[in-house]
Amino acid sequence: MKTFSMGGVHPEENKLSAGCPIRQAALPKQAVFSMFQHIGAPAVPVVKKGDVVKVGTLLGEANGFVSAPIYSSVSGKVSKVDVALDASDTRRMAVYVDVEGDEWEDSIDRSTDLVKLSDRPELDSKAIIDKVKAAGIVGMGGATFPCHVKLCPPPGQKAECVIINAVECEPYLTADHSLMLEHAAEILVGVKLIMKAVNVQKGYIGIENNKPDAIRLMKETAAEYPDIEIVPLKVQYPQGGEKQLIDAVIGRQVPAPPAIPINVGAVVQNVGTAFAIYEAVMKNKPLISRVITVTGKSLKNPSNLMARLGTPFSQLIDECGGLPADTGKIIGGGPMMGKALISTDIPMTKGSSGLLIMNDKEARRAKVEPCIRCAKCVGACPMGLEPYLLSTLSSQHVWDRAEAEGITSCIECGSCAFTCPSHRPLLDNIRLGKTTVMGIIRSRAAAAKS
Amino acid sequence: MNVILIAVCVLGGIGLISAAVLFIASKKFAVWEDPRIKEVNEVLPQANCGGCGYPGCAGFAGACVKAAEDGSLSDLNCAPGGQAVMEKVAAILGLQASAAAPKVAVVRCQGTCDVRPHGVEFDGAHSCRIQNMTGMGETLCQYGCLGEGDCAAVCLFGAITVNPATRIAEVDESKCTGCGACAKTCPRGIIELRPQGPKGRKVVVLCNNKDKGALATKECKVSCIGCGKCVKTCDKFEAITLGTNLAHIDPDKCKLCRKCEEACPRGAIKAFNFPPRKPKVEEPVKEEGKA
Amino acid sequence: MNRLIVSLSPHVHSGDSVQKNMYGVCIALVPAMIASLYFFGLGAAVVMLTSVVSCVLFEWAVTRFILRREKVTVWDGSAILTGILLGFNLPSTLPVWIIVIGAMVAICIGKMTFGGLGQNPFNPALVGRVFLLISFPAQMTIWPVSGSVAYVDAETAATPLSIMQNAITEGDSGILSQLPDSLDMLVGRTGGSLGEVSAILLLLGCAFMLVRKIITWHIPVSILGTVAVLSAVLHVADPVYASPVAVLCSGGLMLGACFMATDYVTSPMVPKGQLIYGVSIGILTVVIRNWGSYPEGMSFAILIMNAFTPLINTYCKPKRFGEKPGKEAAK
Repeated sequence: MKTFSMGGVHPEENKLSAGCPIRQAALPKQAVFSMFQHIGAPAVPVVKKGDVVKVGTLLGEANGFVSAPIYSSVSGKVSKVDVALDASDTRRMAVYVDVEGDEWEDSIDRSTDLVKLSDRPELDSKAIIDKVKAAGIVGMGGATFPCHVKLCPPPGQKAECVIINAVECEPYLTADHSLMLEHAAEILVGVKLIMKAVNVQKGYIGIENNKPDAIRLMKETAAEYPDIEIVPLKVQYPQGGEKQLIDAVIGRQVPAPPAIPINVGAVVQNVGTAFAIYEAVMKNKPLISRVITVTGKSLKNPSNLMARLGTPFSQLIDECGGLPADTGKIIGGGPMMGKALISTDIPMTKGSSGLLIMNDKEARRAKVEPCIRCAKCVGACPMGLEPYLLSTLSSQHVWDRAEAEGITSCIECGSCAFTCPSHRPLLDNIRLGKTTVMGIIRSRAAAAKS
Repeated sequence: MNVILIAVCVLGGIGLISAAVLFIASKKFAVWEDPRIKEVNEVLPQANCGGCGYPGCAGFAGACVKAAEDGSLSDLNCAPGGQAVMEKVAAILGLQASAAAPKVAVVRCQGTCDVRPHGVEFDGAHSCRIQNMTGMGETLCQYGCLGEGDCAAVCLFGAITVNPATRIAEVDESKCTGCGACAKTCPRGIIELRPQGPKGRKVVVLCNNKDKGALATKECKVSCIGCGKCVKTCDKFEAITLGTNLAHIDPDKCKLCRKCEEACPRGAIKAFNFPPRKPKVEEPVKEEGKA
Repeated sequence: MNRLIVSLSPHVHSGDSVQKNMYGVCIALVPAMIASLYFFGLGAAVVMLTSVVSCVLFEWAVTRFILRREKVTVWDGSAILTGILLGFNLPSTLPVWIIVIGAMVAICIGKMTFGGLGQNPFNPALVGRVFLLISFPAQMTIWPVSGSVAYVDAETAATPLSIMQNAITEGDSGILSQLPDSLDMLVGRTGGSLGEVSAILLLLGCAFMLVRKIITWHIPVSILGTVAVLSAVLHVADPVYASPVAVLCSGGLMLGACFMATDYVTSPMVPKGQLIYGVSIGILTVVIRNWGSYPEGMSFAILIMNAFTPLINTYCKPKRFGEKPGKEAAK
């Protein structure tokens, strides 16, 4: 069984909501659309207070190439354009919409019939990329990098294959799993569209073998597409990391930053993104909803919900049995890389793959003990770094050494802190060091330019 | 006797050879250094605080000598040593010292636990910069003091500490040298270096909140809401400007009349080191203001 | 509802802890400990108990009264482990007061002077043992015969190691015939310090640690492999050198390779460094055993390589991801 070549850990899977069918979440009373739902420049609001919007109406337009537009997922009236607490735990510009009814823009095809690529022979690479760009699609795995940017390789680079990330290596999360079980055919059309967009003949879908039903179904459905290969992978975190996935599937290693996957000829997209691309291109539906796993050991009904973007998390929690009394931590995303939220009144965004409720006991970190130099972090690091050293260098502010030791290669997967027997906050320190060193590198580059 | 002789010869021989090696090495690998660097270094405070922007006092001394060759020391200042040290440095290098007003660090946040409740709890490495990466931190104010004491950790003079009761950093002005290490390390830019002022007197907006009024009110009881009352009060001197929902007092223009402190409905403006106020009727400054 | 907690990711932990690792090693030592009680009886019990109790007491006293730390870290298991390992390295007839001195040196000088757990450059148990070996050479080299269960006046005899060294100095391979047969040496029916005698049970403990992922294979395998290869070469070249099987099963080699050299704190962090460290220990052990003045070279070899660990850590870096792109990578 294939997997990536170095490091990695195997956290308890806790896929509580595995096999739960996707439920349609109720419409919210008020939806809040943050203008910062992607990496890059924030969208610019194009509506004002009092404007009437429908499902699919443009709320914010993309600001530059690395940016994405934002569409309304509900119909109603814009109540204000103001700052709102968003999933990054900061207040940023957002559009508030008071929901009235559920009216859709006429251009959107709401039927569930499967449209295959062969039904639309007129689609070429540019048309697909333009559609994807216009629909505001971003990386749905959580990184939220604008999708069209990845589909346009920089000059001189040529894509050789498309790799679809259906690994879902984060514990607890089952959103991609359930999406594959219910929309396998649509996903495969999405994959074909991506392959067409970047002009490659080969597509891989990497799935960890803790989802045998999804592997089986995808294999059956993919039988009609000989150029798409389903690759079962050994369960290992962080296989869903872009670089790890490429290593696992085609055995190539992306060099240290600033190299990106295209340097080894790979374009990686999440399986949720493939589905969104299908809907955008074939159904003319912008990115207005996604599957989110709402889960937690104390939660009554862990579920997979198809929810409209902008729905407050509190409402999603209520649909799954309400917030348990012993809640200690609410995490947007998975437990390894997700972000602890400070409130439940935060709206769902394009990158919300999960909502994990941890009870007070699970939530608290254990007491920090001295480093016993056991080297388990070195063994766990999937990037071949020495986390113990990077952490120490960061806390002692030895930035030049930290840079030489490759701190910028860190993918912040958390394997080191996960495995540390002394419960040391390795990744906290490394993150600080990485941010600082990146700042130093940037200012050095700026100085060199001027 | 023979044994002693052999021992003396052997040890003496080793000593001689080693001495020769050391002598040759010291000549061969000698690095010429401007002797003035050493002289300048000797008058510096040796705090190695880095406040000057150079790595330690020796680095600063080197920079001084280099600057002296270009003819001016005006870009360089040793904050902990102050004017006295810079004059000595200038004397060594045969130049005039530029006058720099002594500065002191001011923590622009009064959001103590009682006026700015800690709604959530941060669990992780005790560092403001790390806590700041979570976004909001423990309170609802994304501009206020985080209270983990990164500033205290970098202060070499013990001048800044986090009060455990209020969880706000506090500056001991008698110890602060104005080196600016704390201001550089604070992830939220709360700490400002301000001129010490006559007898240490100064009037400062002790808030860094750039949110709109309604939100700022919700976040903290002593936040600046950007209402502009202080700006109007100070129309004569125009020392106060309004940034993004946040007032700022220009220390060069401020006449220390303290009217803005009274005018602020939020108690966000504070006057430092003034004697206790006399009863209002006798306030001469107020009379002038009316006239 | 309670106040929500915020922290940076990861939000889950493997559940591993310092205690689990330390007590894991202690458990791995239990079979050899039982064997030592069986072979050396009361003496083994007295030595082991004194060693463990005094190590724990010294650590407690130092943290409490000298370092004045609020949290006393005795129960993390590291002092107990040091105590057991020190005891394993002593002959069963050693007087109690000497053991207490050994424990004091191990804990107070070998460990706590550097700041306690995780800071010591040298393996504390070995520091204690080597201190005793140099300070009390007479008492430290009287080895009771296996099966002589009394604490005082136990029957003593030459250990396999001294027989081997004797053969080399005399240049007479006939002396090697005095060695106990290999099976006896494997299970431990031979003279030596407490924990050294039963090679097979030490290997069992090592296997337990490997399965529980407390240690990795690099250090034990590289040490044992190097020693086996070198002694095989020597044995073939000149039969005065004992056979590799006898060398592997004798003295502190197993204990050292599996439990002392693998000490987290004092061994290198990166697999490549661990291999260098292991091979060097192997070479040093063979050299000291065959041509040094002490019959046993394991402790010295480990301590010498402990001193090189920081250097190895500085120069041995793990292979970074992406440094060598895969075979197919075009660019």
